[in-house]
Parts: sequence; structure tokens; C-alpha cells
Amino acid sequence: MNPEFIDINDFRARMETLRRTGMNFLRDIIGMDWGEEGLGAIYSLENTSTGQVLQTAVRCCDREKPSIPTVCDLWSVAELYEREVYDFFGIHFAGHPDMRRLYLRNDWVGHPLRKDYNEDEAINPIRMENEIPEDVQRPYELAEDAEMEISDKLTNKIHGDQYIINIGPQHPATHGVLRFRLALDGEEIRKIDIHCGYIHRGIEKMSEKMTYPQILALTDRLDYLSAHQNRHALCMCIEKAMGIEITDRTQYIRTIMDELQRIDSHLLFLSCAAMDLGAITTFIYGFRDREKILDIFEEVTGGRLIQNYNTIGGVQYDITPDFAKKVKEFCQYQKGKLQEYNDVFTNNIITRKRMIGVGILSYDDAISYGCTGGTGRASGWACDVRKRHPYALYDKVDFKEIIYKNGDCYDRFLVRLDEIVESIHIIEQLIDNIPEGDYKVKTKPIIRIPEGRYSASVEGSRGEFGVFIESKGDKSPYRIKFRPMGLPLVAAMHKILKGAKIADLIAIGATLDYVIPDIDR
Amino acid sequence: MEMKKPAIKSIPYEEFKDNETLEKLLNELNKERTNVIVGKLDDIINWGRSNSLWSLTFATSCCGIEFMAVGAARYDFARFGFEVTRNSPRQADLIMVAGTITHKMAPVLKRLYDQMAEPKYVVAVGGCAISGGPFKGSYHVLNGVDKILPVDVYIPGCPPRPEAMLYGMMQLQRKVKIENFFGDKNRKHNSNDIPNEPIIVTNVPITPNENSEEQ
Ligand code: SF4
Repeated sequence: MNPEFIDINDFRARMETLRRTGMNFLRDIIGMDWGEEGLGAIYSLENTSTGQVLQTAVRCCDREKPSIPTVCDLWSVAELYEREVYDFFGIHFAGHPDMRRLYLRNDWVGHPLRKDYNEDEAINPIRMENEIPEDVQRPYELAEDAEMEISDKLTNKIHGDQYIINIGPQHPATHGVLRFRLALDGEEIRKIDIHCGYIHRGIEKMSEKMTYPQILALTDRLDYLSAHQNRHALCMCIEKAMGIEITDRTQYIRTIMDELQRIDSHLLFLSCAAMDLGAITTFIYGFRDREKILDIFEEVTGGRLIQNYNTIGGVQYDITPDFAKKVKEFCQYQKGKLQEYNDVFTNNIITRKRMIGVGILSYDDAISYGCTGGTGRASGWACDVRKRHPYALYDKVDFKEIIYKNGDCYDRFLVRLDEIVESIHIIEQLIDNIPEGDYKVKTKPIIRIPEGRYSASVEGSRGEFGVFIESKGDKSPYRIKFRPMGLPLVAAMHKILKGAKIADLIAIGATLDYVIPDIDR
Repeated sequence: MEMKKPAIKSIPYEEFKDNETLEKLLNELNKERTNVIVGKLDDIINWGRSNSLWSLTFATSCCGIEFMAVGAARYDFARFGFEVTRNSPRQADLIMVAGTITHKMAPVLKRLYDQMAEPKYVVAVGGCAISGGPFKGSYHVLNGVDKILPVDVYIPGCPPRPEAMLYGMMQLQRKVKIENFFGDKNRKHNSNDIPNEPIIVTNVPITPNENSEEQ
């Protein structure tokens, strides 16, 4: 799809019109460096009621001081997306209330995704001193001899006299290395400032130097609990661009693997959410059952967590002869275990008290923040990519899209439990009918994508995972961008947490179900 | 399906079976310098210490999930004395660096390590912690935690299998057993005669932290 280029002077008006005419879901903002032609951004939009999709783009020729009008008042999620683009490309978004870096340290020199970025280690060595947040300052104090001098105390400019506490980056309840700075008033949360980037690995920049098959290996490591789906998205995008037809057998294998991965991820979600609330037994149960899926993965792909299974034109290896039998056994086993989770955790009075009515995300906010996946569906938004834009075999199988209404923690939890049942249902429809044929079609030894822009998305375990490639016809992409599933979720935390109690932060964070390497990339 | 024996280039097969080297070393070392009373006390203390190594809950990415799996139902490291993980560095004996360490995370990791009480150990889990792994060429990734911390055991893999993690953790137990707690043979003061001396590469300027508010 080619984006509609808008002149920078009309940009704001055009985006306002689009927003008014129902383009209410901002999927992604993709920062771009077009070299001579300037810097810019591509906006990917969708109308959630009609399903119409659209890409717009804006370009700004000034490389020294690039500036684009902000859209963060139209789509709330743009606030973080724009900060990301600022961080990577140095594009200033005029009118943005909080234009700071999102991933890199404040003292980082340069903007890494620009084509003229200097990667010299000497410019950005590993800095071992602590980073001072930008919103603190050293106050002037009246010294004894009536001179004003800068004191060595740090005060917080933004939060005034509220109590600031820091959660993370090393905190078991943040599920990785996310960091929150909270402004508290007693027990209530007044403001939350999210710091990402503690696991920013620079995957997009690295990809620009790698060949396509090499990039495939990195997708598994983005959100390792959606390893199959991530890789599926990239393979799909490349196949679409090169016009490769894949066989039915591959489609079956990919769909089954995607669903197994989803069950795997949801079991891990269940385990970790339970452990965050103090239920260790459920953690052990979840991991016990998850190992069964990992056994299947290991037998077929050779890997437990990171499988490296999909490849351009098919999958790496054929399935093993007793794959179908093992999967069916697992489905039977797993169905029986769901009641166990309900007995020990879901219906537990403590769980219900801590989750029901806590951390409500409304339908409109879910769309405005672009919270796809289980979180969006718990708020009533039918956002499943498998239904909206079916890919692989999802238009041939029969399954329900699980939708809840309240958007609280309990609903977010239930969505995932119910999705396990639906995934099993999908697998059962496919597993007996895997057609004979090749598991992989022959591709050229060197993969080159014809010039153009391509995108694809799949339903990952925790939302819509998208891939965008701009190619100049080379072995490696000119720009590759992955739509993170987790970034909208943490963006929405700001909304969900306002006025909540600090103890609820744990339940809310657990049920939003984000994976940090996917946010940071 | 017939499986070929996988060709492993760097480690010969016999090495995998050779778990006893460290124990042999331990016996040799102890033979030379055992003072009857103190040596026995050391044995008892090290027996206790090596069988109750508690690790810090520290995971940044993929390897961390495997680390959780090692602690959960099937693999259960509690069997070998790694009873629980601790959420506070003050209570932890070892830190399993599981996952990629980025530039932004490096000072945090260093501070966590500094907050741990002596004696403390570092295990580098997975390619990322050892050398940067798949992200070696990235502008924001630290190529190996041994640049900022002294590493005791390296566990290769991407991610390492749970069995490999258990093996690595048991190697650490052996290492703990050859330390002397009493007398002048303290780990920090005279470590010449202890094999596998931790490597400390300090090419990184470390300045004292000034941001007191954030602590
Ligand atoms: S070594 Fe591999 S599995 Fe482990 S953190 Fe690095 S990329 Fe992930």
C-alpha cells in the first residue's frame, strides 16, 4: 500500500478531517529518513467500524530542525509514538506536551535510526553514572552570606510536592525491565511517567544491515511469547512482496503453531498474573502445562522458547509423524485443566476482590490508545486481526472472538482464559486435515524484495503485531518497522491508573500482559 | 527419523562428561593447605553455603523466561539448593544475568550487584550476557556483562536449555566449595590459588552516583 503524501502545511487539517470521519484507530507511526528528501513519518490508520485502512505520510525537508505538527490530541497513543520518532529520528512534534526521548538516555548523542547517525563507540560509550531525569532541577537557595547559590538537592519540577516513587526497572511485578515513576498522593496515583528502553536492542537499525533471512532470527526475540506469530508476520510480508505462493500444508502448520504459541503465552500470562497477586500454586500449575506445549515445539522445531521455525516460503522442517497425535493429546489434557485454574485461582475470593472493578479501560479509550489484543477485547472492542483481516487459514476455521464488556482486570484475565479454549477449538478443526505436500517452496538463494512499501499484520499473543518494510530492491530493507503490541498498553496505563491505588498497579500491570523486549525492540 | 550426532565445534564430547575436574582440583587444593580445625569448619560452612545459594530475580528478556521455567514445576532448581529467588539484592547470594544488557540497563545492573552482600556470585546466562549474542553489533547493547561485573560461570545458549542452566548453577556450587572462609585464604584477598579467577575488565569509568532522589 502506498501512503497518501500530505503537504506539511495541510497535514494537521487533513488528519483532523480523517479523525472526524471515523479513522479512530491509529495503528502506528513509522518514522522515516528519506535521505535527500528529508525526514518524515508514515501514519497507519483504520476505521474500526468499516474496516477501511489508510496510510498517510508527511515529509519535512529541514534536516537540521525537522518539525511536524502533533496528532496526540486526536489519538492518545500518538503521545508515545511521537516520542519514539523523536528519539530515533530527532523529529520535533510541534504542540506535543512532553517531547522527551522515550528509549535512549537523555545524554545520548544523536538519533540512531537516521541514515547519517554515527555509530562510533567513542561518541556513545557505556555510561555507568546514573541518568538524571529531565524534569528535575537543582534549586537556587539563599546561602548564609545572602548569595544565591545552586544547592545540591534535586527537586522535581513537574510533580511539585507530591511523593514520587520509583518502580523498576528491576522489579518482579513489572515483568521485565520497565520503569515507572509514580507521583503519589497518599495511596492514590496522580501521575505516572513511563521509562522504556532498558531493553532497547536496536533491532530495527541492525536489520537495515542484515539480509532478510537474518532478520527473521531477530523477530523471535522481540516478543518471545509470540515467537511464531512475529515470524509469521515477517515471512508473510516478504512473501507478499516477492509474490511467493505458499502451500496449503504450510498454512496449516503455521496456523496450528500460532495457536499453540497463543496457548503457551496465555498460560504464562495466567501463571505470572497469579504470582504477582501472590498465588504461587497457580504459577506452578501454569508452567507445568506449558511444558507440554514446549515439548511439542521442541520435537518439531528443535527449540523450546525461541523456535526459529517459519522461514520465507514455508517452515524450516516438516512436522514429525506423531505431531497430530501429540497435539490432540495435549488439547484433551489442557481442556481438563482449565477447571483446575478456575478452582484454585479464578473463583478465589481474593482474586475477585483484587480484580473486579479495578483498572477500568473504557471502550473509547481502548481504541484511542490502540490497545489491541486481549486488553482491547476485554473493553468490548472487536479488534482481533484474525477476524478483521483474516490471514493464513483463519477465514476457513470457525471460532468465536471473545469479547467482554467491563474492561476491568477481571475481564482482561477471563478473555485470555477463554481464548485458550478457542485456540484449542481452532487446532482441533485443523489437526486431522493437514494436507500432504511440500512444507516449503523453493525460493531464490538470495532474497531481494522489489522496490516499494509493504506491510502485514498478524494477531500476536497480546495484540496486533505489524511489520512494515520499505525496500529499495536490495538484499536488506531500507527501513523495517515492527508495530509493538505492548507500547499502546503501557501508554494506556496512564489513563487506567489515574486515581487508582498503588497496590492496584500490580494487578493492572499483570493483566495488561505486556512483554518489554517487544515494547523496546 | 535417524538423527545425526550434532557436530559441536568448540567443546569436545568428553568435556561434557567431565564434571569432576573441579572436584579433583578442590581436593588437591585442600590437601595442601588444610589446617585441621579450620579446614573442617570451612568444609561445613561451604557445604551449607553451596547448598543454599539464593538467586536474585533478575531477568531482562527471553532467557529470563527459561530461568522461570527452571524454577517451576518440571525442572525445579530447589532440588539442588537454589531454594527460592529473592526480589531484593540484599538477600541474594547470586545474580543470574538472564538476558540482554543494554547501555541504559548497565548502570542499574552494576548498582544491583553493588547492593548485594558479600560473598556474591555472577552467572552469565545466554549469548547476550556472555558476548552480546545476536545483538552484538547493536549500538545499544553491552557486549558481555564481564565488561562490568566479575563473572563466575558462563552458560552458553540462546536461550540455554534448562538442563544447561542447572549444570551451570551446579558448577557454581562447586566453585563455592573450594573457597576458604577462614584464615588468610579469603576469596577477595588472596585469590591466586583459586582456579577460574573472576575476570574484571574495568575500562569503564565508574563515577559515584549523584542522583540521590532516585535511590
Ligand atoms: S541469549 Fe538469546 S534467548 Fe537469551 S536473552 Fe539473548 S537473545 Fe534472548
